[in-house]
Amino acid sequence: MKSFKNHLSLVIALLSILFSLQIFTIVERSIDAYKENLATNYALVAVAQKRIDVKSLIRANPLVEDVEQLSPDAVIKRLNGSMSKKNIELLKLTLPKFYKLKLKHYPTPQELEELSAKLLRSQSINKVESFTKTHDTTYKLLLLFKTVVSVFAFTVLLVTVLLIFKELRIWQFQHNERMSIMGLFGAPVWLRSAVLFRLAIVDAIIAFLLAFALFMYLSTTEWVHKQFESIGIEVIFFDTLHDSLIMLGVALAISILLAVFIVLGHKEEV
Amino acid sequence: MDKVIVAKDLSLAYSDDETIINKANFSIDSGSFVFITGASGSGKSTLLKSLYGALKPKEGSLVVGGVELNGVSSSKLNFLRKHLGIVFQDYKLVKEWTVEKNIMLPLIINGYDKSVTQNQVDSLLKHVKLRHQAAKYPPELSGGEQQRVAMARALAHNPILILADEPTGNLDDYSSQVIWNLLEGANEQLKTTVIVVTHHIPETMGVRYKHYHIEFGAIREVL
Ligand SMILES: Nc1ncnc2c1ncn2[C@@H]1O[C@H](COP(=O)(O)OP(=O)(O)O)[C@@H](O)[C@H]1O
Ligand SMILES: [Mg+2]
Repeated sequence: MKSFKNHLSLVIALLSILFSLQIFTIVERSIDAYKENLATNYALVAVAQKRIDVKSLIRANPLVEDVEQLSPDAVIKRLNGSMSKKNIELLKLTLPKFYKLKLKHYPTPQELEELSAKLLRSQSINKVESFTKTHDTTYKLLLLFKTVVSVFAFTVLLVTVLLIFKELRIWQFQHNERMSIMGLFGAPVWLRSAVLFRLAIVDAIIAFLLAFALFMYLSTTEWVHKQFESIGIEVIFFDTLHDSLIMLGVALAISILLAVFIVLGHKEEV
Repeated sequence: MDKVIVAKDLSLAYSDDETIINKANFSIDSGSFVFITGASGSGKSTLLKSLYGALKPKEGSLVVGGVELNGVSSSKLNFLRKHLGIVFQDYKLVKEWTVEKNIMLPLIINGYDKSVTQNQVDSLLKHVKLRHQAAKYPPELSGGEQQRVAMARALAHNPILILADEPTGNLDDYSSQVIWNLLEGANEQLKTTVIVVTHHIPETMGVRYKHYHIEFGAIREVL
């Protein structure tokens, strides 16, 4: 295997690109899943003097998924013994109405602020509790996590690309010699570069298969599942069809692009 | 008689300051055997480069195999090169290919059948006495062995014109004789035109040949 080393460098470079790409995808998915998780647990509370029209409120605020009136019964029950039935009925009418607002997705702080302001502008609502403080911290933490992972993935990508460009010069030199010799015997350009494209495609497929095997293995590992379970989210770690198609596509695109670079950079020597 | 090469006022140069060949006029008959001699650095390799289109004429006209090389298109040049057999002074073997695959190159480019290719390569390996080295890579061979691989590659596709740049430069007397016999054989039996750059014209030449000498940028026939 004389050319084993040539294969190795491109395969490793492609593999690290595929790896960081998939990790990025997984983080993206985890954050989405976690956001959804937060959204289902998160709700605003609005206090209104009169009964509000739920349908028009939802129509006016696309972010609101559902509005649920909180029953005052629990409060009233505690007063049950000490009050007359008539007084309780009266109290029920005068007591403000509490509404729990479920949102479609986990809001950004800005969205939350806008929503609160808009709700308060409607005359019947006089107080909105958005639990801003807890909300803010959780959200910022998520963003920070995402930024850290993005920077990490981007750095890996950048270093790999730089590595590839360094290798490219060596490959260019190696392939240039063979391509020149083939040219001296009258080989058309497609034939001169055929070897190169075959090499590029083979390397892309090898890198893809390695990445595929790696993530298949990880996705069946108990440990990985436990980690996600402990956060309370369910994430598709490796979507066998969708993710592998993307991986294969990216690997082929990069290596074929490299081959094109080499062919375009080919110079005939005198 | 048909001319395989016609040069009119041909000038060759790598840069504007220095002309290597200056307004040369010569023609070479199809089927002839030609020696080119000259001191080191006189422009022998440069002339051969122009004949296979690696160096475009600076001035004048150069027609090889009916193709005008001054301003030739790359597709026309490829077409011509498919019918040339070139032995380079620095061999120009593909390092990452076996000896066998190197010899196959012109056959692959010319689209020969697989079985024809294999037969041809086997017979050539026998002729250049490298059968036992067929699976080796060029860097594993001696200079003389590499030169014989280059010779075999140049003969593989029965070219109409062989251009050989000091093809015996690295060979002992016995191996040199093998090369001369191969070139003479191609010339006699296949009517291949042969142009050889050399320092010494062998005394044992069995075919009639012409001799050109390059000196001070001029090409002159030695009678
Ligand atoms: N690629 C090149 N670029 C510039 N000058 C060259 C190149 N190749 C050869 N020369 C110069 O052209 C002259 C003739 O060289 P060459 O044809 O190789 O001589 P030789 O007769 O020994 O084969 C020399 O002076 C050499 O230095
Ligand atoms: Mg020379």
